[in-house]
Amino acid sequence: MPSRPQHGQGPHVELVDIGKSFGGVRALDGISLTIGKGSIHALVGENGAGKSTLGKILAGVIAPDRGQLLIGGEPVAFRSPREAIVRGIVLIAQELSVAPALSVAENVFLGTEPRRAGFVARRALRRRYDELAAAAGFELSGDLPGRGLRTADQQKVEILRALCRDARLIVMDEPTAALPRSDADRLYQVVRRLAAGGTTIVLVSHFLREVAELADEVTILRDGHLVRTAPAGDETEETMLSSMLGRSLGSAFPARRPVPAQAPIVLQARGLSAPGVHDVSLEVRAGEILGLAGLVGSGRTELARALCRAQRVTAGTVSVAGTPLTGHGPWAALRAGLAMIPESRKEQGLMLGRPIAENVSLASLTRLSDLGLVRRRAERQAVARVLGQVGVAVPAQAAPVSTLSGGNQQKLLFARILLRGPRVLVADEPTRGVDVGAKRAIYELLTSLAAEGLGVLLISSDAEEILGLAHRVLVMRAGRIAAELRGEAMTEAAILAAAFGAPDAGTKRGA
Amino acid sequence: MDQRDLTRARASRALPSLRPSAAVATGLRRAGILYPFLILFIVLSVSSGPFFTKVNLLDILDQQSSTLIIAAAGTLVLIAGGLDLSVGAIYALAGVTAAHLALFTSPTVAIVAGIAVGLGVGLVNGVIVTAFRINALIATLAMSFVVSGLASLVTAGNLVIDYSHPGFADLARSSFLTVNTSTWTMLAVVVALGVVLSRTTLGRYIYASGSNAEAARLSGVRVQLVKLTTFVISGGAAALGGVIDTSRVLSAQASNGETTLTFTVLAGIVVGGTSILGGEGAMWRTVVGVLFIALIGNGFDLLGLNPLYEQIALGGILLIAVGYDAWSRLRQS
Repeated sequence: MPSRPQHGQGPHVELVDIGKSFGGVRALDGISLTIGKGSIHALVGENGAGKSTLGKILAGVIAPDRGQLLIGGEPVAFRSPREAIVRGIVLIAQELSVAPALSVAENVFLGTEPRRAGFVARRALRRRYDELAAAAGFELSGDLPGRGLRTADQQKVEILRALCRDARLIVMDEPTAALPRSDADRLYQVVRRLAAGGTTIVLVSHFLREVAELADEVTILRDGHLVRTAPAGDETEETMLSSMLGRSLGSAFPARRPVPAQAPIVLQARGLSAPGVHDVSLEVRAGEILGLAGLVGSGRTELARALCRAQRVTAGTVSVAGTPLTGHGPWAALRAGLAMIPESRKEQGLMLGRPIAENVSLASLTRLSDLGLVRRRAERQAVARVLGQVGVAVPAQAAPVSTLSGGNQQKLLFARILLRGPRVLVADEPTRGVDVGAKRAIYELLTSLAAEGLGVLLISSDAEEILGLAHRVLVMRAGRIAAELRGEAMTEAAILAAAFGAPDAGTKRGA
Repeated sequence: MDQRDLTRARASRALPSLRPSAAVATGLRRAGILYPFLILFIVLSVSSGPFFTKVNLLDILDQQSSTLIIAAAGTLVLIAGGLDLSVGAIYALAGVTAAHLALFTSPTVAIVAGIAVGLGVGLVNGVIVTAFRINALIATLAMSFVVSGLASLVTAGNLVIDYSHPGFADLARSSFLTVNTSTWTMLAVVVALGVVLSRTTLGRYIYASGSNAEAARLSGVRVQLVKLTTFVISGGAAALGGVIDTSRVLSAQASNGETTLTFTVLAGIVVGGTSILGGEGAMWRTVVGVLFIALIGNGFDLLGLNPLYEQIALGGILLIAVGYDAWSRLRQS
């Protein structure tokens, strides 16, 4: 429960019956909401629930189709972020924009530098930076170069930038998504201090614990509709979650089916070495989900890419269903029945500007064509079938992928795999950047794929996810398998111990 | 159904309440060069008597047949994420090779050999770009010097004249249904490559390779092989263009075409709206783009305008086209 008095200064922003559609899909419908001056107001919901869209409408990044925005009781219609900034509303987006070649102070005053005769007045700039940073309570030297700044410090730059433009309302879109816990705590202090100083904060987040700790009020969105706005003190993670999903949560993870004792080995690596991977051997059986845990940089992604021939292998062999892989490139692995869901869907997974159908069918075109000609009717039907299986409703198969939400984009990658029908799936961080509902759907997909006899290698930084889904866990450290955990030994503590290299962490392999 | 839904989807993305002109703007973006082309066509039809005649229109098509063939193949290269600056040089080398051989062998052998040379250079281009991972712009620029040099070697710097072997002229000059064979050849090539791009697995792989090469690779597309294929097609097309034009005038020299042709082709593709960055584009766009540029030239001729301004106009149009592409990408993201 927040201890300070609740926004006693009346409404800052009022939204009346706001509606917005993208590509025939209603992103927001009939949203009416009042945000109090100096309050911390959280917007929560699944990806695609409309919380980011609402934040962007507030900040003038996108314009609503319907409804009205009132600031201090006065109606406004922003046509650009610039117009919103003039009214003291600034959005800090998920993707931060700090110029690497400029210093922190220069970044903060970018475009509004104090000048003398056309030249930047450096001393004045430093003095104003120090005043600003002190007022915000930041300890961040203005002389540091933007290059190499930690994400948390980049966020401070963005916040200072907002403050020097006289922001009275800051919309923060998933500010802690990329932050380690300690930095997130530091950011919370900053947010509290800003609010105490009278700045209104709109916090778009899907970290419910963060919302419960930080916010004064919470607005829960579901499918573009407002479920309720309530004081954060009246909400718990569970109440928020069940309202976001529109159903009460059962167990977070679907039931695991035991792997039959005689299930054949579908993926086997022997002494595999590649850049970042040293002498790794592993086996995955049909129907098994093998979890691969480890710290970031421990070689998990490198191993996944080496297995799938996306990276050159320096030693060792990989066999799929008993047949050694031959040939180079992911093409050869896929032909043998080994498919991959890469860790970054935007950079390695999807063609964002191309139609949904083309993205889904890409790995299966040979089957959907005659003499090189794509059978378009067959393609359309096949794509519709797998989209149904993964639970993605699309306005049109010809619409570009960029019109879908993050969670649905991730599900498209599963649709592509389903259509291809491999024997082994290597899934690298398949739930990164997706919301609770999509996560749950992806868990069910992984479990059902395994139940159908696929071997699954699941890479995740989320220990809970690995423990909830995997039959068996390998932990990597410094490019090697540090431990194998089974049954009772599969605990978060054991994973962490092995990942950090503590002694007696599980059974050492090859011992 | 897909098409209509898509149009509706795009239209509703464009904030009808606040920006009524945006829906119109997205419609314009999809049609792109088509409207300027139609406007220019109508203006020329009205203002110049000789323009809208069968003779003039067929003449434009025939003059543009080699450019269109090369640009059609270049569209594949560009969409796959590549760039081929050696087409002008290949055009010249194939022309002189065919002309030279036509002096003492059958026209068929000469034509086949000319095209084979182009396919060979295209293969070399493709190997340099894909196997050695050298930037396509630099690789094909370097190759254009090499190929031009080879063409000079073949001719020893002279003009090759085939007036005494008129059989070689059949490729361009004979006609069917009052339309020249060169025009028919162009139509066949453009339609075939258009089908490849829009209907075949290779076409899909071309779009995928240019749109997101890593995603395509992980989906089992042999991206390098796809790119190499586009370079081979481009080399073959450039050679076919060179052979056709040589057959038309029954002579060839090593300095034929060269850079002017290369940049006319590239300008046509880009003005049509195919993205220089790969992943987006279409065959009809290239056809309209190339013909748009041709109409400007034809218009300058027919209306008796100072041809000096033609190049300035062309450059301006190219800048607008590229700026438009950049702007619409910006809006998309």
